Parts: sequence; structure tokens; C-alpha cells
Amino acid sequence: MSTPHDYPFNSSDGLDLDEEYTKARDGDGMIKVRLPYGEPAWLATRYDDVRLVLGDRRFSRAAAAERDEPRSRAGRQRGGILAMDPPDHTRLRVLAAKAFTVRRVEQLRPRVREVTAELITAMRDAGPPVDLVDSFALPLPVRVICELLGVPTEDQSRFRVWSDAALSTSSLSAEEFVRNQRELREYMAGLIAQRRARPEQDFMTALIQARDVDDKLSEKEMIDLCAGILVAGHETTATQIPNFVYLLTNHPDRMAELRANPDRIPAAVEELLRYVPLGSGSGFARYATEDVEVGGVLVRAGEPVLVSIGSANRDERKFAAPDEMSFHRESNSHMGFGHGAHHCLGAPLARVELQEALRGLLAELPGLHVAGDIEWKSHMVVRGPRRMPVAW
Amino acid sequence: MASGLCAGTRPDAFALEGSTAEPVEPHPQPDDDLLDVADSCPALAITVLDEDDNEIGPRP
Repeated sequence: MSTPHDYPFNSSDGLDLDEEYTKARDGDGMIKVRLPYGEPAWLATRYDDVRLVLGDRRFSRAAAAERDEPRSRAGRQRGGILAMDPPDHTRLRVLAAKAFTVRRVEQLRPRVREVTAELITAMRDAGPPVDLVDSFALPLPVRVICELLGVPTEDQSRFRVWSDAALSTSSLSAEEFVRNQRELREYMAGLIAQRRARPEQDFMTALIQARDVDDKLSEKEMIDLCAGILVAGHETTATQIPNFVYLLTNHPDRMAELRANPDRIPAAVEELLRYVPLGSGSGFARYATEDVEVGGVLVRAGEPVLVSIGSANRDERKFAAPDEMSFHRESNSHMGFGHGAHHCLGAPLARVELQEALRGLLAELPGLHVAGDIEWKSHMVVRGPRRMPVAW
Repeated sequence: MASGLCAGTRPDAFALEGSTAEPVEPHPQPDDDLLDVADSCPALAITVLDEDDNEIGPRP
């Protein structure tokens, strides 16, 4: 085996896909990488290989618990639905999935549209330039997930700290990481206790019912699931909104096309999900439970495999002219939401939020453009602006 | 949508064919797990029928 490449490749300033990925896809496809922490791993870079690793039951997430999992930070994420395999995983997933099906989420669209309009009105009242992240991209998904889950929106300043920590890489020590996780769990346990005493019409109440009446999950599983949904339910969408606006301002023809044809917004959201290499690196390694051949390489039982979704989504073996942004692709089976058993639970909600965000911004703020220096997030699992001044 | 969720969860019952999933057997015996998979399909694309062709999943 050759010397592993130091990983991650991507720079946190901007949204470019590092050229090492192109080299890897054109070379062996499966390469060996070493992250700052944990054991070396395979990295799948081609579309078909990524799809196999994420979709095949011979690759396990649960097996990672026994191993020194490859990761970008000292601390380790323990528990949660992403650390489980079917059928245990399915038991929890099914409880959460009902709140996020296409049908249920469509019922939320009018509310998403309403919040979008309110935030844009406030931006206009404040006058340009405004920070798109703070005034729009964060509050939109935060309000929607808080209302769905049953978390008070006014607690945002508290849970944003834990959420940032959950997605940070090298900036926290292992102790700090664990402390943040514990605080988030304690906060969620407190909210659950309140809900038990006073049920509401929200997801948390439904989950409490599933636990107390039907015994479908443990108390810890319920707390972890709520915490996971709160964090995953806003952070990525909040990051993608400014990413999408940034890329559209860099592609003025595409921006003009969307303004003239708002009916292409759903296709544009799918294309932008494909186009943005969101991750700074990769995590959540899958462990082979038996020998499996992946893209001509034999992965031995017990070896971890990471996947690069950003690279797979730009694989010319799958997508014609992969580095071009086109809202007219015949079929766009990107893996922006992952694939397989762990395919993003909130994908239908994210789609509605991203569509409504673009629709509102393009219709209400003609001439929307970046108006100042972008401050990029650093040491985070996902890439995107931390601050992005815009004017219109 | 082709999330691959069904095939990733119950490969004995679902297989991905290109960008869609198909049942491995046309008339599998419904069980609780299959109902769970139908419930959690993000596209609500899986319908489970009982022996008399009554729809029993996805559950409301």
C-alpha cells in the first residue's frame, strides 16, 4: 500500500473542489488518506464507488464505535442515528421520517414562504448592505426547525454555540467538544421534560408519545434524535443559502436565467446541490464487514472507507460537463443529500427552504449582489460564508 | 428521488435499477420492517398491499 495522502484537500476559503480529486478520479479512484486524527482510510472519489459504499449493507457505521475512526477533530461524536446500522437505525429513522416526508413538508411551504417574506422585508427596512447570513440564511431554517421540533426560537443564541461546536473540526479540544455535546443534550432533556408536563402539537411531543406510550425508543435515543434534528435541521441549509447566492452572483447568466424563469428554481436547487462541494473533507467512515471490491480495489474486512460526495457529484463518468452549472440536466441524481440508509432525513424540508429562499431573494431583491468581503467559515465540517454582505 | 434508503435498509426486498428502486420480488410477504421502510421513504414512493390488495402502508 502506498503512503496515504494528507486529508482533507479542500481549502475553506471559497467553494472550489480541490484538483487532487480530479487526479484521484482519473487515477485509481480509491485512494488512501490520513486525517488529522484516527486510523488511515480509503477515500472513494468516483460516483459509482461512493454510491456503492453508502448503499451497501456490507459497509457499517456501527462498527466505527470499536475503532479509532478517521476524523478531523480530536473529539469523537458518540451515539446518534448516524452511528447506527439497520435494523436498529430503521427503528429510529421511521419515527423521525414521518415529520419529513414530501407530503408533510409541502404543508409547511406556506409557512416557509411567510418567514422568507418577513425576513426580506426586514432586510429592506434596514437597507443595504446587510449580512445575508445573519439576517436571512440562518433565521429562516432556524425558525422553521424550531417550530417543527418545538424548540423556542429565542434560545437561538444558546443552541447556535453548541451547533457550531458540533460541526467544528480542529478549533476545539476533545474536552471542549464533549462538553458542548453534553450541554446540548442537557438543554434538550430540559425541553423534553417541559413538553412531558405540557404537550404541544410538535415533533417533540410526538416523539415523547412514541417513547412513553409505545416504548419505541430509549430516553437517550430520544434526546440524541432531537439534538441531531435541531443541529442538522438548520446548519446545512443556513450554509447553502449564501453558497447558492454566492455562486449565482459569480454566474450572472444563470442568475438572469432564474430571474426570467422562476419555474426553473427547483431544477436550479438540484444543480446547485450537485455543484457545491459543501464538505471541507469527509467523515462518518463506513467499515467493511467483509472483503468488498470497490472500483477495482479490494477493501478488506475491517477497513474504513470515506467518501467524497463533492467529488462524486463532479464525476464526468456520471455527469456530462460536470464543472458547468446547467439548470437543464435531463436527470440529476446528485448525492448532495448522501445515499442509502443514511440519506438526509431532512432532504424534503431542505429542498422547500432552498427553493423558497431563492424564489424570495430573486423576486424581491433585484440586483442582489455581494457587497464587500466575504468571511469564510474555517475549521468547520461544512464550507460557506460566515459573513456575506449583500446589497441590491 | 432515488435516495437509496429502501435498498440500503432492506436489500433483500428492494434493488436500485438506475435512478429508481424496484421490489426484488413482485409480491413479497409484508412484514413490520417493510411497513417501516414504506413509512420512511422520503418520496412516499412505496405502497404496501395486504393479500386482498388493501393498502396497509405507508401508515398515516
